[in-house]
Amino acid sequence: MTSKHSAYVGTMQFFLYSSILWTGFLLPLNARAQTDSSKKATQLKEVQIIEYRLTEQSKSPTPVQILSAEDLKRINSLSVADAIRYLSGVQLKDYGGIGGMKTVNVRSLGTNHTAVFLDGIQISNAQNGQVDLGKFSLNNLEEISLYSGQKPELLVPAKSYSAASSIYLKTKDPDFEKKQNQKIELGLKSGSFGLINPALVYQYKINEKLKASINTEYIHADGRYKFRYTNGVFDTTAVRNNGDVERFRLQAALFGKFRNGKWHAQAYSFLSDRGLPGAIVANRFDFTQRIWDRDFFVQGSAEKSFSNKFTIMVNGKYAYIYQRYLDPDYVTTAGFLDNRFKEQEAYLSIAAKYKINAVWEAAYASDYTFQTLDANIYRFPYPNRNTFLNVLSSSITFEQLNIQANLLSTTVVDRVKLYSSSGNKQVFSPTVMLSWKVLKGKDIRIRAFYKDIFRMPTFNDLYYTFIGNTQLNPEYTKQYDIGVTYFKSFKNQKIKFIDIQSDVYYNRVKDKIVAQPGANLYRWIMYNIGLVDIRGLELNAKTAFEPLNDFMLNIGINYTYQQAVDVTSKLEETYKDQIPYIPENSGSFLARLDYHSWHANYGFIYTGFRYNQKANNIYNYMEPWYTHDAAIGYEFKLKKVSVNINGEVNNLLNQYYDIIPNFPMPGRNYRLTLTYKL
Amino acid sequence: MRYLKFPIYILVFLMAIISACRKDPQPLPSEITKVEPEPTSGIKGFYLVNEGNMNMNKASLDYMDLVNGIYTRNLYNQVNPEVTKGLGDVGNDIGRYGSKLYVVVNISNKVEVLNIKTGKKIGQINITNCRYITFNNGKAYVSAYLGKVGDPKAPNGIVAEIDTTALRVSRTIEVGRQPEEMAIIGTKLYVANSGGYSPPDYEHTVSVIDLPSFTEIKRIEVAINLSRVKADRYGDLYVTSRGDYYTIPAKLFVIDTQTDQIKKVFNIAASNLVIDDDYAYIYSTEWNYIEGRNRITYNMINTKDETVMDRKFISDGTEKDIKIPYGIAVNPASKDVYVTDAKDYVSPGKLHCYSPEGRLKWSVTTGDIPAHITFTN
Repeated sequence: MTSKHSAYVGTMQFFLYSSILWTGFLLPLNARAQTDSSKKATQLKEVQIIEYRLTEQSKSPTPVQILSAEDLKRINSLSVADAIRYLSGVQLKDYGGIGGMKTVNVRSLGTNHTAVFLDGIQISNAQNGQVDLGKFSLNNLEEISLYSGQKPELLVPAKSYSAASSIYLKTKDPDFEKKQNQKIELGLKSGSFGLINPALVYQYKINEKLKASINTEYIHADGRYKFRYTNGVFDTTAVRNNGDVERFRLQAALFGKFRNGKWHAQAYSFLSDRGLPGAIVANRFDFTQRIWDRDFFVQGSAEKSFSNKFTIMVNGKYAYIYQRYLDPDYVTTAGFLDNRFKEQEAYLSIAAKYKINAVWEAAYASDYTFQTLDANIYRFPYPNRNTFLNVLSSSITFEQLNIQANLLSTTVVDRVKLYSSSGNKQVFSPTVMLSWKVLKGKDIRIRAFYKDIFRMPTFNDLYYTFIGNTQLNPEYTKQYDIGVTYFKSFKNQKIKFIDIQSDVYYNRVKDKIVAQPGANLYRWIMYNIGLVDIRGLELNAKTAFEPLNDFMLNIGINYTYQQAVDVTSKLEETYKDQIPYIPENSGSFLARLDYHSWHANYGFIYTGFRYNQKANNIYNYMEPWYTHDAAIGYEFKLKKVSVNINGEVNNLLNQYYDIIPNFPMPGRNYRLTLTYKL
Repeated sequence: MRYLKFPIYILVFLMAIISACRKDPQPLPSEITKVEPEPTSGIKGFYLVNEGNMNMNKASLDYMDLVNGIYTRNLYNQVNPEVTKGLGDVGNDIGRYGSKLYVVVNISNKVEVLNIKTGKKIGQINITNCRYITFNNGKAYVSAYLGKVGDPKAPNGIVAEIDTTALRVSRTIEVGRQPEEMAIIGTKLYVANSGGYSPPDYEHTVSVIDLPSFTEIKRIEVAINLSRVKADRYGDLYVTSRGDYYTIPAKLFVIDTQTDQIKKVFNIAASNLVIDDDYAYIYSTEWNYIEGRNRITYNMINTKDETVMDRKFISDGTEKDIKIPYGIAVNPASKDVYVTDAKDYVSPGKLHCYSPEGRLKWSVTTGDIPAHITFTN
């Protein structure tokens, strides 16, 4: 098995390096093929796109941060999780390596309060409520946007209103030049951890009204990397084992247009086979656990305007998610522990928007979701859940003021085949937000929002054998945010634009679902007991300037301050202690440099000290970590083919750190990417 | 051009952030707490092992110097800073034999051997998924969940015999699935089999091992999911069954080792017990579905006539301050009772000392999940 893989890896590496060599030879001949003026034009277009997005960001009544296709191509990232680290207010929980689970916690509310949407439709996980962002490739993504609160749009599914913060992933819409009817993009990444990652995007124009795209990708990695632990006396360096990953993704989409409307449909399949590297604890560095994933879904969306006042949108999805977990260290009477989970979901949403007059709009959206979970574990109740979401929303837009408000009704009906269910829940949740342009001539805006939302206990929280507690209530969050935005662009100046956004917020998490001990260490029970107060400040700034001709520099900086304290009980010694994994200070810095056909970028991420358990004491203290990532690339044309070579170094200073204690992160590592576009 | 100042601010900001750097790594320090000294104490002190939450590698060792009233939290890392990643993950048991202290570290698959006086590491015995330890006649006996690693057809556990001089496994014997505590009476070792990996197919026996021949001579039927075994001085064993956490309740059984028969059943969900002279000190933590919370009780049993006593070992009402009792020990000289509180498992725990009359004498903060105590002499 291993030798077969390494032979394969060897072939791929040969292909990769020979192609680089080949392009290297051709480079001087073809460097001039791309004229400076055409390059200049693309650069200008790029700036315009950035400016457009930034304008949208600064007008939004809820804080939004966007990473565009260009950003995603440029920053050193393999998955959505890597890219999202650069956003403010985000704490990535990363178990390390390519296969390690990666989830995000936005504004300290907890991972389960962040919803992830792919092309407007939520990717859900009824079992544990968390989406592993490491599974989502950046290949073929047009943008990633993160909304605190919610997306301030009216014509969206009700699910868009139902989470405390949302990440939207948008796939690339095929776009063709005149007379062009197909496009191919071939990519190959290789590098540390034995990574081989070929990818293909094929776009085809069937006719003027129908376009198709196919996107496929394969990842193979042995996941081996060095890590080091030291306390100044012992100093141990070892190689991470059992981190091998093999993944295959195939995605096909159709994009259609009809009179006064458009539609979109896609099928997605994802197969993964990986080892599960465990916690590196004393005397135990090797692991044998494995996980297999089979994810499959089809989804579609259609939108039609019936007049210039009335628009309807329909969304639907079916998903099948299968996971198998094998633990050879755990031998039962039936052999190794071998758990299999099958989750299915059916989803339908209808939304309608009506323009009442020039300033006033109203919308209604209604979603229905059916989820079921099967598992081959002892005393499993086989739950299913019906969720009905109904939301009435409205927006008033004056020249300098935009106000939006909505009321969401959630009805949840849980059923089980065996034992007891948690019954039915009905909750109403309001949201209000505004954006106010203070002075007519100036681009300064004040924004604010209040959102009251909750998360339902997951199937694991409620029904998992020995752990689940069917008496759980939803976990509520309240968010208050006020911020200021400033955006200005400059014509014919060295400086292109300045964008600043800053928000302060206060969040409260009530009835937080927390695992508490039962009679022994192996038996935990979920309770609604936590109460968390969160005060935070976010600062984002972006600018672009051209100090020399053809030399373009883009800079972005993020800073987050968070005080997230446990106020559950005054009797506890941990009262008012910072909650685990939330640093007070964190930030990032990104710089992009473009000079003719060359491009380079540099990224810095800083996470301050934090604690890994409730008590803020020396035994739970975790050192700050900061990584420097850098990349350099060259793009050129070979007749009709555009070729891009990009070399990356991640964690340049080779800092060894943990995000989750005892799950070491990789030290310095490299990646080389080669892309052909025709 | 004034806007070019902007990147300068960014640089200044960056410098500020980089200055918030990492410190030089250092061994985790000890912390000292003072309590009332007992200069005349017949027992010098005791070691306490804190389990630490799984995957956190936070097993730690504390020492209570009773004579001088000094409680040292996290002694191990100070005395043994050269041990990679320290004591390890989930300290599951502790025992003393001669001049050596043995700490069983479950997830770290090891038994650490320390000098009883200093806590300095002498050696280590690797045993996969080791659970409990007991001693007899120059040998240590360690129960372990798995006999054979990586064999799907080998669900049975083992007891390993360790030569306490050579610090090596000398013999192993296969017992039931997921064996837990052990007790020795005469030349026989009694092991509680749990079978906890295969619910509802729990084990329901105590394995009896003849020590000289090191063979399993029989299994005594008791009840499902056995956990604790303690011997009293009358040749009886106190064995706890954890039930199935749903419909079958937890119980406490007394086995007469003369006949190997159950002679008495107490409807007490004993999470843990300790026997000193003629008294068994018991606490129970039982999940109650109707109340949706743990029900915690404290009991005493007279082992001479096997009856539940009216006497309580905490009599001043302070038991309500204990969230999850997790460890218990009785000072054989002063008869003080030590009870640990694991709280929510993710906060530092507490160690409480009660006088023989049941009054709280002192409390100290421990490591995470304080659990197992052994006296130094």
